[in-house]
Amino acid sequence: MERSFVATNPSVLVFLAILSLFTLGVTVLSEGFGIGVISTSFVKTLGKTLCLCLIAVAMDLVWGFTGILSLGHFAFFGLGGYMIGMWLMYARTRLIVVESLAQSELPPTSAEVVDAIGTQIFGVVGSSDFPLIWAFSHSLTLQLILIVLVPGLLALIFGWLAFRSRVTGVYLSILTQAMTLALALYLFQNDSGLRGNNGLSGLQNLPGITASQDVVSIWFLWASALALGLGYMLAAWIVSGKFGSVIRGIRDNEARVRFLGYSVEVYKLAVFTLTACIAAIAGALYYPQAGIINPEEMAPIASIYLAVWVAIGGRGRLYGAVIGAAFVSLLSTWFTGGQAPDIPLGFYTIKWVDWWQVLLGVSFVLVTLFAPQGIGGLFDLWANRRHPDRHGANLGPDDSALREKEAIE
Amino acid sequence: MLRLFLAGLAILCACLTANAQEVGLQPILQEHQEIIAKSSRKTIKPAIDAIAASGLPQAQVMLETWAAKDMWMRKADGQFFAGKKAEGRSYELTDFDSGEVVGTFEKSDLKQMKPNSGIRAMIGTALVQFQLMDSSRAKRSAALLSIQRDPDGALLEPLRASIDEEPDADLKAQKQRLERLLSIGYDEDTVARVAAIEDMSDDLGVDVRAALNPLVVTKRKVAAEISMDANIAATLTPGSESLGEAEAYDLLVASDLAAPRVSRDEIRAALSANIDGGRVEGIPVAQLNTDAARARAYAALAEAGVVPALITQADIDAALGAHVFFETYAEPSPEVTAAAEQALQQIELKVGVNQTLDLTLDAISLASIYFLAAIGLAITFGVMGVINMAHGEFIMMGAYTGYVVQQFIPDHTLSIIVAIPMAFAVTFAMGVAMERLVIRWLYARPLETLLATFGISIALQQLAKNIFGTQARPLTAPGWLDGAWVLNDVVSISYIRIAIFVLALIFLGLFLYIMKRTRLGLEMRAVTQNPRMAGSMGINPGRVNMLTFGLGSGIAGIAGVAIGLFAKVTSDLGSDYIVQSFMTVVVGGVGNIWGALAGAGMIGFLQKGIEWMNPSNTLAAQTYMIIFIIIFIQFRPRGIIALKGRAAGD
Repeated sequence: MERSFVATNPSVLVFLAILSLFTLGVTVLSEGFGIGVISTSFVKTLGKTLCLCLIAVAMDLVWGFTGILSLGHFAFFGLGGYMIGMWLMYARTRLIVVESLAQSELPPTSAEVVDAIGTQIFGVVGSSDFPLIWAFSHSLTLQLILIVLVPGLLALIFGWLAFRSRVTGVYLSILTQAMTLALALYLFQNDSGLRGNNGLSGLQNLPGITASQDVVSIWFLWASALALGLGYMLAAWIVSGKFGSVIRGIRDNEARVRFLGYSVEVYKLAVFTLTACIAAIAGALYYPQAGIINPEEMAPIASIYLAVWVAIGGRGRLYGAVIGAAFVSLLSTWFTGGQAPDIPLGFYTIKWVDWWQVLLGVSFVLVTLFAPQGIGGLFDLWANRRHPDRHGANLGPDDSALREKEAIE
Repeated sequence: MLRLFLAGLAILCACLTANAQEVGLQPILQEHQEIIAKSSRKTIKPAIDAIAASGLPQAQVMLETWAAKDMWMRKADGQFFAGKKAEGRSYELTDFDSGEVVGTFEKSDLKQMKPNSGIRAMIGTALVQFQLMDSSRAKRSAALLSIQRDPDGALLEPLRASIDEEPDADLKAQKQRLERLLSIGYDEDTVARVAAIEDMSDDLGVDVRAALNPLVVTKRKVAAEISMDANIAATLTPGSESLGEAEAYDLLVASDLAAPRVSRDEIRAALSANIDGGRVEGIPVAQLNTDAARARAYAALAEAGVVPALITQADIDAALGAHVFFETYAEPSPEVTAAAEQALQQIELKVGVNQTLDLTLDAISLASIYFLAAIGLAITFGVMGVINMAHGEFIMMGAYTGYVVQQFIPDHTLSIIVAIPMAFAVTFAMGVAMERLVIRWLYARPLETLLATFGISIALQQLAKNIFGTQARPLTAPGWLDGAWVLNDVVSISYIRIAIFVLALIFLGLFLYIMKRTRLGLEMRAVTQNPRMAGSMGINPGRVNMLTFGLGSGIAGIAGVAIGLFAKVTSDLGSDYIVQSFMTVVVGGVGNIWGALAGAGMIGFLQKGIEWMNPSNTLAAQTYMIIFIIIFIQFRPRGIIALKGRAAGD
């Protein structure tokens, strides 16, 4: 008997309910629309966290379900941010320039306006001409399409190259890491056309919108929550069907799936490209809330942190990724923001700003060693699911990714 | 009586001539007394020439005194003396010839000679010939240096004169070389210059190129027709690749042969200045928001005679057609420029060859750095298959160990000798601990090893930051590693890089020895190929894995000391090398030390090659290199040297 998608995945409903409650709660408590308990900057942090949860869902899809440990998804996240940032910066600078040129005696020609915008934007890198990649920056529609198109194409080309030559496992991880490093280094150059290490800034100001940041931050929170909800549903739908079974099969034994007649490369490529697009959308929502983007964001370490979130939250289950991203990034904000109380030991005072990284690193090792299912594993305890006792033997053939401890009856 | 008188006269004459020979300088000075006292740059030359030509040893002292403004003239008889300030306002005068003190005189009786800077430069030139002949080698060398620094045609003759009498072979060679260089620029005889150019055309020195380059400097000129006496390098056609039309017209404007174009800004300024009741020549201001409308309004203004007319394309074409454009040499003699061009070409070729050699050396040294950084990884990742993201932090720990050792042992040589085994011990212990505590449990889950070791990596990095702070710590190389091995003006390599190369070679040998010739190496190979079989043969796989991992980590620590010698020791030191190290191993081929060597070689050469093509931008070089590697992996997914058979794992 065919059961509906929701019936087979009750967790999706629960998740969406919690997400809506959370969004509603923040709105009510915010300064822009509610009683003002939560400061605008914290609303922004929460909105950014939702974006991070979205990219964590993408990471879970590609790593937890397909078994590709990509250490480059933050490159797509950053690219998405750059794409929206280009339009935001162009449109905003255009408004300023038109206003200032209106003061002069003659009305400006369109070429003068473009020149003035170029001087404004690229003055910091000693240039005033628009590079080719800014060709569509005047149009919001085109730039919105590019948010998905550019990272998607990059993922498609890279994935095609990597998967067709059967680069797998740690090699693929290193290769994806190299890709994001290459991209970051390229963008660090002043003549890359994206303002080098200055990055794009002032993204929090939406052009033509006079509403205060209190209100805008809530808008972005809604947009991020919507994107996360849709992304979660999409991911849940993908992994619940036949496609999901195949990609899990690829994770557990790629060769066997190939011998069964599935085109493993196409499946991997599809997941890799799709998750890149999701990551890009998350980035496009994240950076207007952060206000600034620079190539530092794409450094390989960011993508490794992404894997850390997913691992701590519990990979192979979508809500685990969301929990991990939200938990670790919020905790990280709390510790590095200097809000955590120092611990005096008499001879030495532990300042969390200095020691948070150490704690994170060590707890990460511990989670990997002792709780491969991460925080999500707690739900199994609660639901009283048990692991099969196979007396230490593996579930599948030697190289299976899913070990006894991770498997669920 | 008469005889007596004659004899007396003869003696007197003899005395006088003897006197004249001995005393020499003062009469010469007196001969030119007027112009010396006048002290004008225009007229002083005969005086300085005469003094320099006298060849008297005291002339040097005299010129130096003069240039130092210590020469005084006695007003009573106009004689010149070296003056030294005595008590009050009086000066003690010394005769140049005898070197004896003549007496102390009031300042009012004396006149100080104050040569201006022009005269001092002439004196300096005259002095050089004395310094070139000076008995002290240091002074001669200094004189040569001053000529090199500030070449001057006037020094050519004194230099030539001094060559034959130069006792020191080394200095003599230097003098001869300098003479050739000066001849290129300043000899009056064209044939001699061409000969000098030809002599130097196989010399790589920067100074040779510095002497030749001014000869072939060209200047773009424009005229109605080419004058016959100019040394023309080339004639140019406007609109060709070497001379664009716009550029050509700018040249015309700069030579006052055509009217300047009216720029957009000027049009706008002119229009703004001529707004009359919201209109410019009848066109409403609001309509002036396109270039075409502005041009129309400006044309109307020009017709009214208010502003200069627009320059049209037809005007430009006509002006360009009416003139010839050409490049002339600043150097008038065509023989010299031709010879210089040819010599420069020869030198360029030779410099190119040497630069390739230099680049090769650079690439080898970079490759040995990568090799050093990657060799530990070649063991842990390549042989054991354990991906250790904390490898970079082991390198960092090695570097910090070197720094700490230097705090206790101030002697740099000794401290390095102590630091190397110390770094090995520290990172070996760390590696063993990590293997026992973490990695042992994850052998079946390679991807998770990556994550766990990454956790260790960020924890170690932050710990280093907490202990040593964020600023760079110095790890000073011993003095004998300072400096560079200079082959010629183009090719040179610093001793530190040579030392690193040697260290890399030593490690290669050590690794091969351990793997192929020792019990441990045998066990290592057995365990990595088939741990169960090895276990049943009586090998303890746990112990071997532990030692292997420790060895790989220990080598990373030593690499850290080496890298710390030339890089800044910070907590980020390791992460700068981690991706490159993995690249090296992956590109080279896993499980094989020769693979790591080949990978390091390829990456090193590639990076230097790309940097050479685009020297201003090392970031771009790294980007392109990584892209190249990604593409390379397409064709050899298992690296340059791939393992075959069952050891390859599939």
